[in-house]
This record gives sequence, structure tokens and C-alpha cells, in this order.
Amino acid sequence: MSTAANTIRLASLVARRRWREWVTEKFIYLNAVGAIALIVLIFVFVAREAYPVLVNSVVHEEVTVEALFLPQNYGTPEAPLPYVWQPVSQVPKYSLMPLLLGTLKVTLVAMLLAMPLAILAAIYTTEFAPRWLREAIKPVVELLAGIPSVVLGFFALVVLASWLQNLFDFDFRLNAINAGVAMGLAVIPIIYTISEDALTAVPRSYRNAAYALGASRAQTAWQVVLPAALPGVFAGVVLGFGRAMGETMIVLMASGNAAITSWSFSESVRTLSATIAAELAEVVFGSPHYHVLFFIGTVLFTMTFALNWLGSRMIGRLRRRLTGVDR
Amino acid sequence: MKKKEILAILVVGLVGAGVLLAQQGNITVKGSDTMVILGQRWAEVYMKNNPGVTVQVTGGGSGTGIAALINGTTDIAESSRPMKDKEKADAKAKRGKDVLELPVAVDGLAVYVHEVNPVNELSLQQLKGIYTGAVKNWKEVGGRDERILLYSRENNSGTYVYFKEHVLENADYYPTAQTLPGTAAVINAVARDPRGIGYGGIAYGRGIKHLRVKPDASSPGVEPTMENVLSARYPISRYLYWYFAGQPSGDLKAFTSWVLSAEGQRVVENVGYYPLPERVRAESRTKLGRSESKKPNASR
Repeated sequence: MSTAANTIRLASLVARRRWREWVTEKFIYLNAVGAIALIVLIFVFVAREAYPVLVNSVVHEEVTVEALFLPQNYGTPEAPLPYVWQPVSQVPKYSLMPLLLGTLKVTLVAMLLAMPLAILAAIYTTEFAPRWLREAIKPVVELLAGIPSVVLGFFALVVLASWLQNLFDFDFRLNAINAGVAMGLAVIPIIYTISEDALTAVPRSYRNAAYALGASRAQTAWQVVLPAALPGVFAGVVLGFGRAMGETMIVLMASGNAAITSWSFSESVRTLSATIAAELAEVVFGSPHYHVLFFIGTVLFTMTFALNWLGSRMIGRLRRRLTGVDR
Repeated sequence: MKKKEILAILVVGLVGAGVLLAQQGNITVKGSDTMVILGQRWAEVYMKNNPGVTVQVTGGGSGTGIAALINGTTDIAESSRPMKDKEKADAKAKRGKDVLELPVAVDGLAVYVHEVNPVNELSLQQLKGIYTGAVKNWKEVGGRDERILLYSRENNSGTYVYFKEHVLENADYYPTAQTLPGTAAVINAVARDPRGIGYGGIAYGRGIKHLRVKPDASSPGVEPTMENVLSARYPISRYLYWYFAGQPSGDLKAFTSWVLSAEGQRVVENVGYYPLPERVRAESRTKLGRSESKKPNASR
């Protein structure tokens, strides 16, 4: 008899526990879905405000999609100005090319500085540094990520710009290189952290095998560990690139914000993100200028989203390669 | 239970006090970055003499202030440019009241260069050439053989628009003009750049060389001094405005009429701008004072 009672009690216990588990699971599921829904909603909102640039005839009187990207006839025949960003004007001019070019130039400088520094630092801390040093370097580099970008921007505006100008004799004190170097400081911790994780995740056995074959530590690091972790390192680079493109405060303060169309890195640049930050607060709600700023936002969002997606795919591939699932 | 009741009473009391405070003369002033310091000095002096009134002053740019006035989030919009007709129409549509425009001070726009720059004066025509990119070297206007580096303001500032209309005659700024957030930033940049040129309010212009401006090529250069600005001999000067939605009354009106009083105008001078000429001040006062006498008519 008592066994039957026990069974019943057990069954109800199991049912209750299962129910509780179901609730917990659904709750967590809702949280996850909510986070994704938020991102989607943000994108939908931004895109909705940008949409009139594509279809609205009132907006098209001032700006068309072709005018945003293709060369226009703004200058005189002697001094043609094909790409001009001059939204407050008798004839508003909304070419995105100087802004895209500006974003590209700053990002390039930032990556050229941050990539080698961060990756080499990651290799050093995982493969060469003694334990105590590794435990000192890692948190310090990660602390760099905690510096507010406005502080980095101010540093670049006041201090760094003068150093660089004295060093290289730039015409423009605030220029793409100045902003790029400051941005590099912001990107280093991202690339470093992800690269370091990827390198640490390479199984001990890889290294042991290399040592057993007589490889030196340097050979092991360069020819075994780094190639194995390469997708992860690459993911770090891609994520850093995305961060650099979207970063606003540093470029707003340190780049001079002149929308110049040239390949020279010593000239001032105006980036997509800084343009939004500088102009959106003032713009007349619902005007063509307003919609164009949201269009820029959509372009930026799409670019960073694509990069982040690429980055996470790379990390996934690394995991599969290291656990040997697909090979 | 007791505790909860006490808490409830406390909350109600606090909220009530807050509402009361908010009603009792809380004036918000928002707008032009050029005028922020001026607005704050006015607020400080006025609040010292009238303890019941709180005046909050914030900047953000003339456009920001005007937008806030249109949206009803500020009592006074400070602007360093006249409100556009479209903006006035927007305000009328949204607030249901006509916009009241009062000049409250005079400002001259100074043109700055680095101390070591040998150029001391430029004509309006030369300034236009420099900022539109027709003149690229200091040599062409009597300086050294060096590239001219342009410093400008962000396109949301009243100063940007004013300079574009009055000096560039609505032509576009040359693309290489670096845009900086605020007159202080422009001065800071020019102070570090011997090849630079910038413009902004005279009040900010300490520690840097002001150029004399020639109305046209043949006339002598005019120093941006008080007499020259007030007599309109200095060619780049402007009024600074306060805008209201409808006629101000109560504390708001009292504050405004104090600003237009001799005492309020002395503050203007202390901050480094110029008090209104007597004639304009009288006009502003009548516009403000007219409110009560006109109201019965308007409500018809």
C-alpha cells in the first residue's frame, strides 16, 4: 500500500517540478526573444524614418538616392565638386561619399594601429608571458575598454593632435590619422580580448604535439597555435572594425568634421556617425535632411550588423574546427 | 499600516510641494550657445533679487531652443538669429499662439586669427573669398605664404547661419572648413593654429587677435568695439533674441521686463556683449508691455 502512495506522491512531485521547469524555460525564452525583438524594432524604426528617402516625392525635390551616391554637378566646370555634403544651404547637397570615405579612412587607421598591437599582445600573453605577467596585462588591456570614448576624444583633441602635428607637420591639426589613432585605442581591447580567448581555447594537446616534434615556443605559437585560432582572431578583427565604424564621440571631437573628398589621411574628415550626432539634434522633424540622417543610420546599422554577423560566424567556425566536428 | 499611511502622506505632500514649486515661477530658458552665459548671468542676478523664482538656463543652439519653443518644452527660446517664418508658423500651429520676438542684446561677430598672423584687417569681400575657397593662401590677402585653414561652426548653430547669410551672401562654405562645436572650440583651435581663421561671438574672444573688418575694399577697417557695433559701423553685428509663445505674463513677464531694464542691460555689458540701443530697447519694452491692453481685443 505504502509503495502505491509513494508512487503517487512521487508522480505529483515530478509533475510540479516539470511545471516549474516549463515556466522557467518559457520565462528565459521570452527574455531572449525580447532582446532580439528590441533590436529588430530599433532597426524597423530607423529604417521607417529612412524610407521616405527612397519613395517620398517631397524628399525627392531636395535629394534622391542617386544624389546620395553618384557624382553631381555642384561646382563650376573649372572646379567641379562632384561630392558635397552641405545640407544647410540654398541648394542642399547631400552626397554621402565624403562621409563614407571619412568613415573608411578613420577606420583604416584605427585598424592598422590596433590589429598588430592587439594580436601580438594576445600572442605574447597566451604563449610567452609568465603567469603573473599575464594576469597583470590582461585586466589592464581590458580596462582600456572601460575608458569612456568622450575621454579618449578629448585626449585626442587636446593632446594627441598637437603631438602628431609636431611629429608629422600636418596642415590640419585635427585629421583622419589623429582620430584613427584615438579610435585604435578604443578598438585594441576588443581585438585583444577575443584573440586572447581564441588562442587560449586552442587545446593543450596541439602545443604538446608541437613540442614533442621538437618545435620551439616561437614556432609553436606562430605555426601551430595562431593558425588554429585564426578564425577567432579574425572574428576579433571584424568586431573591432564594426566598433570603429560606429564609434561617434572620438571622431566628433578629434577629426575636424570637414566633409572633404580626398584620399589624403592628413586632412580633416567627417564620418557617418559624427554627422548624425552633430546634426540630428537640430534638424527640422520630418524634413528631407532628417530623413537623410536616418538613412545614414540605416546604412551604418546594416554595415555593422553585417560585420558582427560575419564575426560570430568566424567564432563558430573556430569552435567547430577545434572540437573537430566537421573535420 | 501606520507606516504606510505616513509614507503616503509624505509622498502626496512632496508631489504637491513639487507641483506648487513648479507653478510658482519656474522659468525655463533654452537655446543659443552664444547666449548661454548671458542667460545664466541674468538668471543668477534675478534669482538673487527675487527668491521665489527659479530660472533654468540651458544651451544646445538656437535651433534647439526654437524647436523646444515650438514643442512647448521651454518658456523662453534664446536665439542668435531671427526665427524663420516657417518656424513661427509651426509654433502658431502647435501652440495656438503668435510668437513674440524681443531683441534683448547686441552681439558682434568677431573674426579671429592667431596672434602671430601679420594680417590685421580683411574686407567682407575677402572674408567671403576665404570662406568659399576662392582665396586659399594668406599671401593673397597680405599675409605670409601659407595655406589658410578654415574653422567654422556646426551647421546647427545660429552663428553658422548668420555668417553664411551676411558674409558669404548665402554661398556654401568651402568643404575643407573644419566644423567645431561651439565658439570656445573655434577659439581654442585658432589659438593653436598660426594658419587658421575662425569666427564667433566677441564675448568669447579673449587671448586671440580680432581682425578689423572693412565693409568694402576701399573703406578703413573697423574694430569690433562697443561704439562701432552699436553704431552699426562694424559690419558683422546682430541682435540676440528672446522668443515667447504668446504674450508672457506673471513671473515670466516680470523677468523679461527686468532684462530690458537698465539693470538687466548692465549685465549684458558685464558679460561682454552690447546693451540694446535706447530706441530698440524702448520698442522691446512696448512690445512686452502692450500685452495686457491688447488682450481683450485679441480674444474677440
